Amino acid sequence: MRRYSVLDPTAALTDRLIMDQIGRSSRVIDLGCGDGRLLCRLRDELGCTVQGVELDHREVIEAISKGMPVIQSDLDRGLKEIPEQSFDYAVLSQTLQQVRHPQELLGEMLRIAKRAVILVPNYGHWWIRVQILLHGRAPITGSLPYDWYNTPNLHFLSMIDFRELCEQMKFKIVVEIPIIRGKAAEQAWAANVRADNALYVLEHI
Amino acid sequence: MASEIAPPDEINDGLSVGIVQTQFATLFEPPNLLTLESGVKLGPVKVAYETYGELTPEKDNAIFVCHALTGDAHVAGKHSVDSRKSGWWDGLVGPGKALDTTKYFVVCANVLGGCQGTTGPSCINPETGQPYGLKFPFITVSDIVEVHVALVEKLGITRLLALIGGSLGGMQVLDWVSRYPDMTHAAISLATAAKLSAQGIAFNAVGRRAITTDPQFQHGDYYGTDASKYGEVGPRTGLALARMIAHITYLSEASIERKFGRDLQHSDNLAYDLQRETEFKIESYLHYQGKRFIERFDANSYLYLTRAMDYFDLAQRHGSLREALGRTEARFLITSYHSDWLFPSSQSREIVSALLETHRHVTYLELESVFGHDSFLLEIKQLEELVTPLLREAYRRVRVS
Repeated sequence: MRRYSVLDPTAALTDRLIMDQIGRSSRVIDLGCGDGRLLCRLRDELGCTVQGVELDHREVIEAISKGMPVIQSDLDRGLKEIPEQSFDYAVLSQTLQQVRHPQELLGEMLRIAKRAVILVPNYGHWWIRVQILLHGRAPITGSLPYDWYNTPNLHFLSMIDFRELCEQMKFKIVVEIPIIRGKAAEQAWAANVRADNALYVLEHI
Repeated sequence: MASEIAPPDEINDGLSVGIVQTQFATLFEPPNLLTLESGVKLGPVKVAYETYGELTPEKDNAIFVCHALTGDAHVAGKHSVDSRKSGWWDGLVGPGKALDTTKYFVVCANVLGGCQGTTGPSCINPETGQPYGLKFPFITVSDIVEVHVALVEKLGITRLLALIGGSLGGMQVLDWVSRYPDMTHAAISLATAAKLSAQGIAFNAVGRRAITTDPQFQHGDYYGTDASKYGEVGPRTGLALARMIAHITYLSEASIERKFGRDLQHSDNLAYDLQRETEFKIESYLHYQGKRFIERFDANSYLYLTRAMDYFDLAQRHGSLREALGRTEARFLITSYHSDWLFPSSQSREIVSALLETHRHVTYLELESVFGHDSFLLEIKQLEELVTPLLREAYRRVRVS
């Protein structure tokens, strides 16, 4: 049940990064919105019209308490009740690697919204490479803080992998921001080695 | 309508509004008659209603409860110290409860066409001096809502804090916001649909047929000298049968299995005797429900109200669901129940889709419960968890603005 609302240590920072991608007064749907924290800021600071989707019951109630509209739904079961192009932005933060069918979800995001804003951990990070290469162990890092046996993460991808998938699915990467220790590093050299997370904004070609 | 299939501690938690009285208002007095959807005029209309809590001087804390098919105005508390039963949603309405009567002013009225104090077919037709019977005009969900609206206005309230209802009550909520989009801040619609499904119409049809083919039905003119004692005359067998069928649709396969299974009522062994009509516990339970129902419900009202439900189709009336629901600023809470096969979740999702498409404020949950359609009446704690913060936030916003 915790799957779509993992505690993110750099939550405030990543919220800020996501918000920077979103225009004022736009319509935003946050997939895996947790307690509605980001939605609250989008509404109050950017005047957005917001909608959340969350699976965890307690988080849904928290979001209702904040006055956020939220649909309780399992992202693995699709977003069928959400009409086509009913939002400007669909946000998916730290969740893509946890859903069963990431490809389908990406397709759904660009069905319901003009743009998809996605934040994913980068499996190409050097510390992960070191742990596998030198120690022969399943990696544990700040952005992937789980033991192999209780991780909510089902898929492991690097920035290169993600770019490849977008190309394959004919999505245009409008924005790509490597994130190094919680900070945006837009022009970072060797980003696939150094970034612990990456933020993408996608749209249809 | 509750089946009492849930353990009693889930229904009653000890806090109560206390002793309450049903009140009456007379609306649509000549010459200001109510024009029904069919075009026919009706009036005066007597309305039975109850209120709980205090209306603020600003009149900004009123919540209207829309009851389901066979409910009444008596939502909470007891009518006297010796009353055996509390109101039908006593778990939800009261001090400290979801509809907190220390904060909100809660109103519930018996529906038009009903038989619990509001004008309906068992009332005296002023033109003939006899009970209306089938001469009562055809009514729709919108007509029911029209009377509620008039009552709310009579109470001096221009804008409600919230509308809440399940099943036929949920339909009233949807109709209300579609035609009076500015009249409420929040709309809570539970276990309902924007139109009754063909399956729902089918069950209603069987129920009505059971009533109208009962030899005692006599074209609806079965009332004795005192029409208010409808429980003693008329198509008792047919009405009980209608209730038994409907009752099954309010439950779920799992809840019946869990509560009754194949248990026998009177013996441990099968009797191999067709004369015994109530061998299994579930049979006995349904017979009991039927018997109790005819004591409190009028067969003609049952015909009129099920027909009103059959006719309900929000999209057809407004052109589309988007047209119907796209004009209100009300914040919606929609819930459906996993085990409800009479009003399945797909029907609630249809409403949610229309609200999303028109950029409305909507919260939707498909809730887990074994109780089928009756869940909205029985799963009080589950509902309270959602309704309490929703109303708190809605009221906070009203107070700020």
